[in-house]
Amino acid sequence: MATVHLTPHLFTHFPHLSREPLEVEASTVREVTLALERQAPGLGFYLCDELGRLRTHVNIFVDKQMVRDRRGLSDPVERQSEIHILQALSGG
Amino acid sequence: MTTRILVGTRKGTFLVERHDGRWRPRLAGHAGMGVNYVARDPFTGKLWALLGHGHWGAKLSVSDDGGATWADNPAQVKYPEGARYIGQDMYEDATSDFGVGWRIATRPATLQKLWVAGFGPGGAVYIGTIPGGLFQSRDGGATFELNRPLWNHESRGGDLFAGDGIGETKWFGTPASEGGEFAPGIHSIAVDPRDPGRLLLAASTAGVIATDDGGQRWRAANRGMLLDHTPEPDAEWGHDTHFIEQCQAEPDHVWQQNHAGVYASSDCARTWRKVSRPAEGVHFGFPITVDPAMGRRAWVVPGRSDQQRMAIDGALFVARTDDGGESWTHLRRGLPQECAHDVVLRHALTNGGGVVAFGSTTGNLYVSEDHGERWETVANNLPPIYSVRLG
Repeated sequence: MATVHLTPHLFTHFPHLSREPLEVEASTVREVTLALERQAPGLGFYLCDELGRLRTHVNIFVDKQMVRDRRGLSDPVERQSEIHILQALSGG
Repeated sequence: MTTRILVGTRKGTFLVERHDGRWRPRLAGHAGMGVNYVARDPFTGKLWALLGHGHWGAKLSVSDDGGATWADNPAQVKYPEGARYIGQDMYEDATSDFGVGWRIATRPATLQKLWVAGFGPGGAVYIGTIPGGLFQSRDGGATFELNRPLWNHESRGGDLFAGDGIGETKWFGTPASEGGEFAPGIHSIAVDPRDPGRLLLAASTAGVIATDDGGQRWRAANRGMLLDHTPEPDAEWGHDTHFIEQCQAEPDHVWQQNHAGVYASSDCARTWRKVSRPAEGVHFGFPITVDPAMGRRAWVVPGRSDQQRMAIDGALFVARTDDGGESWTHLRRGLPQECAHDVVLRHALTNGGGVVAFGSTTGNLYVSEDHGERWETVANNLPPIYSVRLG
């Protein structure tokens, strides 16, 4: 199971989620977002637009590497991967 | 007497209520979030907030308890698969004598901004978006669907779901987009109180658009408006309407603040007449509101031309007409007359029951209880104000 660390900002919008890291079964970043959507309906549309593209001001890191395929989210995820989902800093 | 004002700001939703003889604003939700528009559905009592998260995209938020608690609406506005639109791009072009080229580009549509909401009986909820979508619900917001006849309208290049259409659009963009693209946006929705199948919309930059059959067929409703800064002043499309509002008691009266002046219609937008008085400072601005009980009475907050877009000569005033635009009265009592450079956006002026309220991008909120004769400053330090509605 890969481990997902969400930015605390997202807990504001999904308060029912535990603030503990989430465990997901996934072999790609796309599968991570789909697993998160199952745990928190609506979360997928916070991370990606209607076309499935990662939103401009959202970053995902897999084992400290920033995701490269922002359109297809095909970056591989290993069983022991640590995934961080962050908001990119922007404006006031 | 109206007792509550809903205010959408760059940093949250505020409710303004009258207690002990004073209007008092309080943060009522969405702290830190961009709130483009907040309104109450008069048919259901539900509050709708149209959010623009900087990071997470645009979201619909609702409150069933008068603003005490808010939650994302279970159904969100999303463009359907295959939705495309024609945009215009300027691009770097070293082979051009000018260094830049201009091309039209057909793009997949994704939600950039939720801009305005409108309501009708029987669970009708309408949301206007950038890029140029009208989303409608017939079940109180449980589901939303893109209005395809408007999306596929010939003025926008035809049906781009099915093919490449006619390759040309007469709709242009607005800088109000949050997505960075110069895409069109629907910012005004008026549901005719006599017949909910009759709607008037306005889009930047296209103009006023009408349907008589619940959105199956749409037509331009820009006759009488003048694009007087372009080579084709009486074009059917391409008008820069900033906002329209329809009188509830006398729905044939519709008012419009346009980039190119103030317009009024007394035949439900079939024809428009220009009622600007540039010499009196009544010409440019963003918002307009019509008395829901009296079709010939309307208010505007004039700004100094499109080159400045702020209060004229640093003295803030509201202008009111009681005679269909024949004459305008400047209303200044209680408003700052020195070093006031407020800008009032298109959704940030409203009225009802004698109350008139407006807010500016400098966080100032002003309320009058006597049709604008005297004004009270209710707040000076709110975040930039995007919308002011009664409810």
